[in-house]
Amino acid sequence: MSSTSIGLDIKGTAMSSAYAIERSTPTSRVAAIMALVLVAGLIAAPWWAGRANLRLLGEIYTFVALSSLWNLLAGYTGLVSVGQQAFVGLGGYTLFGLTIFTGVPPLVAVALAGVIGGAGALLLAPLLFRLQGAYFAIGTWVAAEVFRLSFAQVAALGGGSGTSLPTAIVVSIAADRSLREGLIYWSALALTLVALGFVIALLRSRTGLALTAIRDSEIASESCGINIAWTKILVYVATAAISTMVGALIFLQKLRISPEAAFSVNDWTAFVIFIVVIGGIGTIEGPLVGTLVFFALRETLANLGTTYLLILGAVAIVVMLKAPKGLWGVVADRFGIALVPIRRQVKTR
Amino acid sequence: MDWVNAIAQGILLGGLYALFAAGLSLIFGVMRLVNIAHGDLIVAAAYLALTIVQITGLHPFAAAIIVVPLMALFGYILQRLLLNPTLGKDFLSPLLVTFGLSVILQNGLLAGFTADSRRLSAGAIETASFDIMPGLTLGALPLLMFVVAVAVIAGLEVIFSRTSLGRAFRATSDDAEIAQLMALDHHHVYGLAMALSAGIVAIAGIFLAIRTNFDPASGPARLIFGFEAVIIGGLGNLWGTLAGGVVLGVSQTLGAQISPGWQLLAGHLVFFLVLGLRPRGLFPRMD
Amino acid sequence: MTEPLLSLRQLDAGYGDFQALFNVSFDIATGSVTALIGANGAGKSTLLRAIVGLVRAKPQMVRYCGEPIGGLSPDRIARRGVALVPEGRRLFRSLSVEENLVIGGECGRPGPWSLKAVYSLFPVLRERRRNPGTALSGGQQQMVAIGRALMSNPELILFDEISLGLAPVVIKDIYAALPAIIATGVSAVIVEQDVTRALGIAHRFVCLQEGKVSLQGDPAAVGRHDITAAYFGM
Repeated sequence: MSSTSIGLDIKGTAMSSAYAIERSTPTSRVAAIMALVLVAGLIAAPWWAGRANLRLLGEIYTFVALSSLWNLLAGYTGLVSVGQQAFVGLGGYTLFGLTIFTGVPPLVAVALAGVIGGAGALLLAPLLFRLQGAYFAIGTWVAAEVFRLSFAQVAALGGGSGTSLPTAIVVSIAADRSLREGLIYWSALALTLVALGFVIALLRSRTGLALTAIRDSEIASESCGINIAWTKILVYVATAAISTMVGALIFLQKLRISPEAAFSVNDWTAFVIFIVVIGGIGTIEGPLVGTLVFFALRETLANLGTTYLLILGAVAIVVMLKAPKGLWGVVADRFGIALVPIRRQVKTR
Repeated sequence: MDWVNAIAQGILLGGLYALFAAGLSLIFGVMRLVNIAHGDLIVAAAYLALTIVQITGLHPFAAAIIVVPLMALFGYILQRLLLNPTLGKDFLSPLLVTFGLSVILQNGLLAGFTADSRRLSAGAIETASFDIMPGLTLGALPLLMFVVAVAVIAGLEVIFSRTSLGRAFRATSDDAEIAQLMALDHHHVYGLAMALSAGIVAIAGIFLAIRTNFDPASGPARLIFGFEAVIIGGLGNLWGTLAGGVVLGVSQTLGAQISPGWQLLAGHLVFFLVLGLRPRGLFPRMD
Repeated sequence: MTEPLLSLRQLDAGYGDFQALFNVSFDIATGSVTALIGANGAGKSTLLRAIVGLVRAKPQMVRYCGEPIGGLSPDRIARRGVALVPEGRRLFRSLSVEENLVIGGECGRPGPWSLKAVYSLFPVLRERRRNPGTALSGGQQQMVAIGRALMSNPELILFDEISLGLAPVVIKDIYAALPAIIATGVSAVIVEQDVTRALGIAHRFVCLQEGKVSLQGDPAAVGRHDITAAYFGM
């Protein structure tokens, strides 16, 4: 992490020597080093983790990516979508369609899915952006339903009952099973790092400042000369593109797709929302913390079946009412820490 | 003739969609709250009606005497306990809380009633029908649903424009802070609005249960139909919502006429078409 | 000495981290008119909002008829007979003139004020009773806002910026109506930019400066110079 240190330059004052603006904190520098070690360890996972754990890790990555992207939309941009399953599903079907009909290699199809997802979002945005606030949310859901119903009409991809990825295509990634699983695993890890990197870089950029301004006061940022409409569309399209790639990877891991699974509001939106709300909406760390809590709960409570979802929903409501900044918000407020520094802080030299 | 028939059925179906939409529209009008769990409440009301009919042996319509007040009471408590604390800040917290509620309701119903689909029998009225002209037959039940929808919307209009409750709704919606100075407790007013919405939800739930098979996962689709009716008709206009429901219903029955797979898709596409051409809906409120 | 209608004791109040009032103490006697004066941002509106419960206060800081009302919800304070004519009128825009008045009387307190009484005080409102409240001129809107407050038959009526943004001739009309209102026995607090006008009608004045009471007393007994000094903090 860079430690930007810009002297304030105010004419006629001696402030430039007395203060500095910093983003990084000692905690964040330690966190950055630990993150590097962690990533190195995770890259090596195919050599130390078993097949089941590798799959679990891959699944965790996809939720980290999806929830970080949703958090960027809802927590920073004020675009609350309950229709992100549209892009996850679109990604899955793009993978299946491209590999089956055009013979594009699967990992290339994953990358192309990003283009398709971005284009889809660009087409939807002019319509959906006519809806405000919570109505936008339901609008995104309708869009996802349109996708689901449309793909259910495509007989060549199995219609309503879905289809499996032909073995030939699966084998084309790599003939050796563990190498293949390793490649898919590394792709998932890489894509998640791309998603995280994108969110962090965006929030640290000028646009990120603009986003925070939008969140805090639309009028204020309007008067600062920030083009709100375009900033929102940019974020919506970019998150859609990455979510679509994530979707393609998810179904490359599953090897089977159906409209119900691809466009499931529970799997790709409800869980993601709960993760972000529980972890801490509007914080970078929240989705990471939330994903860990989510998987910890799932691994221990999964055998409860529907009760697990009941508990998850109840926990999310309680968090929303009692600690709207989530678990991470509580921790950060109490101890004043930020692992991924976004804010610029004025420090006395 | 099939097409005329499809349009007629679609118009009547629109009445049911207007019932789904009316409660949604009402609470949005009073407190700018969009209840994601609205559809799940409709389904919960359907299960409540089913249970009461099974216990008491009452006719489903008679069961409304119990279901409507129970749902209204539930709506009031829900508002005071869960939703009022989320209001006033931004739309995010009420949205997420009602989203959580939706998941809880769906899984609660799943735990209590299994995933099997159910139906409520209303007896003879289900098969009764009127021959309007050769080839065009209207079922008594769809007709009744439409009439009830019109009555509910007319009733809401009267409440809003003529009663002190309606004045309180409008004043609180205009300026909740000043409304408090008129001795109106806005938390109570919001509770009453949600109770009224839940009462309409109860009626919609009973009709849903008689008209189609339903299961714990049926809620979201009902939310979406209601939402589409509201947007197609134009925000803040109750009669527009009825018209929106009719447009949606006709789109769906015409879509189904083309191919069964097109029923829902046609409705959604017409919704997006209206959104694209008339973003404020077909009948926006004049102001 | 009889108990004051309203008494403020060491009132501190504000919005979130921002404290707007510090240690404000004064009494309002039954049937009196108090002019609340002070520069912009001195805390006048916050003070009125604290009295009606829109800004939180500790119970003992605001006593009404001898009972602590600080921290009660605004609707409860309204029921006890405190009414506010808010700055900027803030009529309900989807209610007609008459509905705006009727909703003011919703709390059902008995007293001299009724639709008929308000219409005879402001005859122009009767003519325009079916219009939306917001379709009226500024002066007529202020009449509706005053009428709406009167409809609750208050014992204490608070006027925030009673003449702000109104034409001089309209201001004259509004002030012409005040004696009739006060004659019914209601106590009044008037926030007014025009200090001379406010002091002319008041029995007492309270001057706020940066959230603190800088001077209070009888307008006739205190010199203009002292008031000016208290107003500007000189």
